[in-house]
Amino acid sequence: MRSLLLLAAETGETGGTGEEITFWICGTLAVLGALGLIFSRKTVHSALSVAVTMINLAVLFLINEAPFLGLVQVIVYTGAVMMLFLFVLMLVGVDTSDSFIETLKGQRIAAVLLILGFGILVIAAVGTALDGMVSVGLVEANSLYGGNVEGLAQQMFTTYLLALEVVAALIITAGLGAVVLAHRERWEPKLGQPEQSVIRMERYKETGEHPGPLPTPGVLATSNAVGTPALLPDGSPSDLSIPGPLRGEIHSRIPDQPQEIAADVDEVRSIASGEETERPEILNPISGHEDPEIEEADDERGEQ
Amino acid sequence: MDPGNYIILSSILFCIGALGVLLRRNAIVVFMSVELMLNAANLAFVTFARMHGNLEGQAIAFFVMIVAAAEVVVGLAIIMTIFRTRRSVSIDEPHLLRN
Repeated sequence: MRSLLLLAAETGETGGTGEEITFWICGTLAVLGALGLIFSRKTVHSALSVAVTMINLAVLFLINEAPFLGLVQVIVYTGAVMMLFLFVLMLVGVDTSDSFIETLKGQRIAAVLLILGFGILVIAAVGTALDGMVSVGLVEANSLYGGNVEGLAQQMFTTYLLALEVVAALIITAGLGAVVLAHRERWEPKLGQPEQSVIRMERYKETGEHPGPLPTPGVLATSNAVGTPALLPDGSPSDLSIPGPLRGEIHSRIPDQPQEIAADVDEVRSIASGEETERPEILNPISGHEDPEIEEADDERGEQ
Repeated sequence: MDPGNYIILSSILFCIGALGVLLRRNAIVVFMSVELMLNAANLAFVTFARMHGNLEGQAIAFFVMIVAAAEVVVGLAIIMTIFRTRRSVSIDEPHLLRN
């Protein structure tokens, strides 16, 4: 590619085979990208097709003796504008598909015919007008001030100085306008941590709603899913421990418990309901002996 | 190389862009088609600059690029605002002024 471009640059105004090869490759790709813009169903694909077209146009600018514009094309169009498009696409939602219903009857066919006619007219006119034309080339114009960038700078800051200033004002206004349009006024004050805690305590006072954090789901208790409720000490599942949208018939969400856990749950339930059952000896995990403290605690509870 | 080739390519791209504006309903796609038309015009400007051995065409193309960038910024902000209120980016939707 580099050698092709160099060749194209060296052959200059008369146009060598290098330029011709680059033109046909990049021109074809640019047209394909443009067609992709129209015929893609998904908007993201359209945006990427346009990016392809922009890059190929940049190469066409480069072989057209406009190195400054070629690089600006890459930086401004593919770099800034297309990425801005993609950002807005992501904000708006990538799934917003096009409606393919014709609101105006026959509008589509009319549009295609119109564009076909226009294209044939323009291409025929331009083709005959420019037939056999030879480019003068920019070698002379560039050498006046020492190069393409210098020549363009001379144009900008002498002939088109007023236009440049007006455009500067325009672009600042556009930036401000975008900020104003995208700004959303906040009508209520933002709730900080203190305000939220006050609201929570007031709600607790009025409705008795639990002011603290909700229990965590029983993710590690029986299964790996966040929809699994945590088991309360008596073995019943806690409705509050699972996220709101998953709440409801929580019992159906408890996966098949392994037999041991089911047995444990039954045992704990029976203890909680006051029935004495035979318990295995509780051993201190460190010493291996019976733990007197646990024994005492159990005795106390039994008395109660 | 014959400058006519570049101009014909530019016309083809312009026509495809105009077709996109007329056929598609998604505001973002319509907007991208407008960008494509501006780019096609830029290619014509650059080709004419080289054809006449004069840098003015490139200067104009540069101005077109700047104005297009400003236009994109404001246009996308408008699309965002419409989407925020109407929940749609279809250009058939905003017909509140009808009747």
